[in-house]
Amino acid sequence: MDFLIFEAPILMVQATLDGILIGILFALIAYGMALQWGVMNIINIAQGDLVILGGYIAYSMYLAGIHPAWGVIVSPIIMFFVGWGLYKLVINKVVDRDLFISILATFGIAIVFQQLMNFIFGADVVVAQSGYGTTMFFDNIITLPHSTIFSAAISVLYAIVLVIYMKKSKLGRAIRATAQNARAAKILGVDTERVYAATFGINAALCGVAGALIAITFTLHPYVGLPYTVRSFMIVIVAGLGNLPAVAISGMGLGVFEEFADYILGTEFRIGSVFMLLVLILVFRRFKLSRKREYLK
Amino acid sequence: MNKLLKLFITFVSAITLTLIGITTSFAKVEGDTIVLGAAVSLTGKYSSNGVHTQNGYNLAVERLNKMGGVKVGGKSYKFKIIYYDDESNPKRAAQLAERLINQDGVKYMLGPYSSGLTKAIAPVTEKYKIPMVEANGASRSLFTKGYKYLFAVLSPANQYLEVAIDLAVEKNGGKPVKIAQAFEQDAFSQDVRLGILDAAKRTGSEIIIDDKLPKELNDMKATLVKVKAKKPDVLVVSGHTKGALTAIRQIAEMKVDVPMLAMTHCDAAKLSKQHGKNSEYALCASQWHKNLSYKDKFFGGGKKYDKDFTKRFGYAPPYQSAESSAALIVFKDAFERANSFDGDKVRDALKATDMQTFYGNIKFGPGGQNIAKPMILFQVRCKGDKCENKVVAPTKWASDKFYHPIPSWSKRS
Repeated sequence: MDFLIFEAPILMVQATLDGILIGILFALIAYGMALQWGVMNIINIAQGDLVILGGYIAYSMYLAGIHPAWGVIVSPIIMFFVGWGLYKLVINKVVDRDLFISILATFGIAIVFQQLMNFIFGADVVVAQSGYGTTMFFDNIITLPHSTIFSAAISVLYAIVLVIYMKKSKLGRAIRATAQNARAAKILGVDTERVYAATFGINAALCGVAGALIAITFTLHPYVGLPYTVRSFMIVIVAGLGNLPAVAISGMGLGVFEEFADYILGTEFRIGSVFMLLVLILVFRRFKLSRKREYLK
Repeated sequence: MNKLLKLFITFVSAITLTLIGITTSFAKVEGDTIVLGAAVSLTGKYSSNGVHTQNGYNLAVERLNKMGGVKVGGKSYKFKIIYYDDESNPKRAAQLAERLINQDGVKYMLGPYSSGLTKAIAPVTEKYKIPMVEANGASRSLFTKGYKYLFAVLSPANQYLEVAIDLAVEKNGGKPVKIAQAFEQDAFSQDVRLGILDAAKRTGSEIIIDDKLPKELNDMKATLVKVKAKKPDVLVVSGHTKGALTAIRQIAEMKVDVPMLAMTHCDAAKLSKQHGKNSEYALCASQWHKNLSYKDKFFGGGKKYDKDFTKRFGYAPPYQSAESSAALIVFKDAFERANSFDGDKVRDALKATDMQTFYGNIKFGPGGQNIAKPMILFQVRCKGDKCENKVVAPTKWASDKFYHPIPSWSKRS
């Protein structure tokens, strides 16, 4: 336990700012998860590994001498096709099955992806240098690295583009229709197979964007995907499916919660606190649901 | 019928047992070949360092065989290594050690990569009384268990950064310093931490920040904010490659000014390459550096080893490779002094090892750790955009002067 943050309340500003900025990035990953969960009823355990793969795409560009920030454009394009291919190869066989089977299948995909990334990029921890500066406030106590501002801004931008696309475009409407009732959509002439593939592709593309941003702000390693999966799972559980403002708010909430846990409990409990919160939320939601059911009886 | 079957089974098992007996008694030395066993991580999270380890072993085997092999009883023998991939998994490593010993009949072992895997294998080799020379397990706890068949050519983990604290005190005019530290929760980093605690006690220094880092570390802002607020004289970070990379990235981003920064795993993380100028002035603990003046007749010196290794494998050898090569030189020396293939005689010869290799002096302490070789510290220094590791301590091998204190970020271009 460390109470420095209460002795110097200015640090709370830092923690809150950092939490919100990183939370927006979490929300972007969670939005992808919510989208394909809502449409296809699949909980994608490989979500975090798709993120890391996206990061490695940006890292490869950096190695080739291109500024890694361009990864936020290139990476989603490549990842869209990765997602599409993944759907055609594996997911289409589990899409109408039991939730448990899809969890197993995506868990398998996660392992394969980890090993592939390990094989191709090696087990070393890598970083992509953006060369972005830092802004400081209050006598240099509060620091805001431009890389995190950049990552939050890009996340918001992609979220807005996606919302508009879902509302206006033909495919977007088809996706929403399929989410509401797949059978009815099919009867009315929606090619649900294509909708599923596109949804999975869009989710992978969002992961690609997030990965490229993580390559710039944090570090990459083939085996660090799981924390991102857990975070997005939790955000979706709290926010519910298909509610973008709620996803954004719970993403930022999680970010701030993590930062405060980091300062007060110590960095070693950062991920631990996320897992603990997940258990609490699941218990609480179940409790709420069971009460509601009783009430309905 | 039943009787016949029983007889048959007895017969078959008798033959199998005899065969196993024969193969084991010959497998340790087949013809003119001495067979060594090793489980190294070729896949999984340690795969890059596992490959460095394997390359180090292989280069030494090639070199020693070419230079006449091992002379025992007037006859020349060649080394051969049976490798298995332990998948960076301790359980698998222990299984493979059993397999090497029981099925392949190996009588002499080389170590795996990392303290954790060495810890998994050591009880097995100890149980079967198989001498193991290891080059990549530095955790102090390996040497306090009373193992009799374990020998490590490298310095134990608690020595990694002790020197750095002494250096900080020296630069502070002999007065105690304020230490901030952040360590991962694994065996190795915790041992490095124990070393710092000892050094702090010895010098009367105070530890003002003592943070722990998680396994999946990629953000250590909270620690750095504390460093900014409490202004220690030295910041010590040990969390493998991700610790080193995360620390440098965020210290540069948050413009944290600290007079001295000491770390582990800088060369494994390719710090000077990955972070360039941002990593300048970082002080790093290392087992070996090519500029050291140790010599042997197989590899010449460090620079020659560096050249030969680069020619053979296409990249400059990290210290993990150098120490792995040294393990084989130690084995050869022990075999020749024992002049026998008897496990216990070889073990006694290993125990009495006192020699110099290109990697450093090697003499084993009571727990099997190498007590003859000091750790070295290098500092990242840049010329223009090119950054290099320069040895700054101990003074005997220092190629450059230790730069202290680190200039503040506002003065760094």
